[in-house]
Amino acid sequence: MISTKKVVLHFPREAVERPVVCDLALRFGLTFNILRASISPHHEGLMVLEIIGENTKNEEGLKYLQEKGVEIQPLSQDIKKDDQRCIDCGSCLGVCPTSALYMDKKSYRVIFEESKCIACELCVLACPTRAMEALF
Amino acid sequence: MGVALRSYQEINEKIKKGKVVVVTAEEVIELVDKKGIEKTAREVDVVTTGTFGAMCSSGAMINTGHTKPRMKISEAYLNGVMAYGGLAAVDLYIGATQVAKDDPLNKIYPGEFKYGGGHVIQDLVAGKDILLEAYGYGTDEYPRKKLITWINIKDLNQAYLFNPRNAYQNYNVAVNCSDKIIYTYLGVLLPHLGNAGFSSAGQLSPLLNDPHYRIIGVGTKIFLGGGVGYVAWQGTQHDPGVERNDKGIPKGGAGTLAVIGDMKGMDPNWLWGLSVRGYGCSLAVGLGVPIPILDEETLQYCAVRDQDIEAPIIDYSNAYPNGTGEVLGYVNYAELRSGKIYHSGKEIPTSPISSYSRAREICSILKKWIQDGNFTLTQPTLTLPNTESEVRFRNLAERPFNNNVNGVRR
Repeated sequence: MISTKKVVLHFPREAVERPVVCDLALRFGLTFNILRASISPHHEGLMVLEIIGENTKNEEGLKYLQEKGVEIQPLSQDIKKDDQRCIDCGSCLGVCPTSALYMDKKSYRVIFEESKCIACELCVLACPTRAMEALF
Repeated sequence: MGVALRSYQEINEKIKKGKVVVVTAEEVIELVDKKGIEKTAREVDVVTTGTFGAMCSSGAMINTGHTKPRMKISEAYLNGVMAYGGLAAVDLYIGATQVAKDDPLNKIYPGEFKYGGGHVIQDLVAGKDILLEAYGYGTDEYPRKKLITWINIKDLNQAYLFNPRNAYQNYNVAVNCSDKIIYTYLGVLLPHLGNAGFSSAGQLSPLLNDPHYRIIGVGTKIFLGGGVGYVAWQGTQHDPGVERNDKGIPKGGAGTLAVIGDMKGMDPNWLWGLSVRGYGCSLAVGLGVPIPILDEETLQYCAVRDQDIEAPIIDYSNAYPNGTGEVLGYVNYAELRSGKIYHSGKEIPTSPISSYSRAREICSILKKWIQDGNFTLTQPTLTLPNTESEVRFRNLAERPFNNNVNGVRR
């Protein structure tokens, strides 16, 4: 079965030097879409990746990355909405490119649908109460 | 005024007897749809309105009590945020947008503005200890020059909000026509009309339910920050002369309220310190006003709906900062609240800055206070300037300083 998975890859300094992500395509026949990347030589790196492929290949590919020293986190854990701090103003809505943040039309409360989030962090910039947090 | 239906006194008697009929500014719309103006006006005594949003012109007046030996504070910081001490000895005023003294501001653009006056006010009301650091120059009767101490709202002689401009009657819709992202008090604005920021509770907003200031005036008792407050004066920039639509609703920012209220009875949930990226600190204020249905006309105005209220679309990358006055067009709040508006063939997602759900909650809380007999209505002692008044908003006419004007040398 084909599945799509969004993950956050943390590259320790050593792993930044090696080309590993391209192996997902070469060795495992996976398709991937880089949603965000911040990688420079001699520094820890970060990449948000959408991986598309056979379930089993997906898992094998991620296991391969882990063996190469890359830490993997599911994306949904990386942008958090603190409901205690959210005042439901909606400042985040218009900047959210995937409508992961939207206003419930009945309650007028702001809802965060984590599965749609691509971790662009525009909401973190827009939130005046610091209810949106990036945990990279 | 049309035929009087009831007086403040009669309403307050009904409140005391638990017989008052109160509905929110949202509920009244449905009632009017069902029963019509005449019947609803006969049945409903009070309509509650509310708003919760960033209100930069807000601040707190505090009196710390005297030290021994005495001190005349001339410079003061509360949790590192400067408070104005140019008043009597231990009176201080802290403004919502004052930023902590060690903040890098916009030197690291866009600035985060993590802590400021708004946050101090929220922390004070939450009952947290606040660090006061104060300096004086020393006088014969106020010899002390330095003070560092924790203070707490419960020990202060007075702590009251005094907000020079709240509850703006309508506001701009901000867009960005440039090709760079901009950071404004109406939010992060994406280039090429990427989104639109707006800030009004629309049909729930106090002054949009009383567009001609027939009811709300100096002395009107209100919900303020979760406690009780009063309208103190017309707010700064109060501008009754703004162009109005055929329903009498101003088509842009018009009337404003200066309000006052005891912080000791307030709740940090309704006074929220804000960090607005690239702009600065502010305070989200919860404010609610009860409107007594004195006659049918009053009710007619309270039945206002989002689609009747229009707001001007303004380019915050050029027209606003340069004060050109250019308006790109008008949209109504039903469109704004739907999540997207259309302008020059483009679909633009919208971001409210004012919380509709919280405005709604304020209307309900105020309704309950009145129904439970805990909140009576006050008759204003002075009306706010209306369209017939001389009060108009003016920009500053600068008069260049020529180094030697009227004999003043610098």
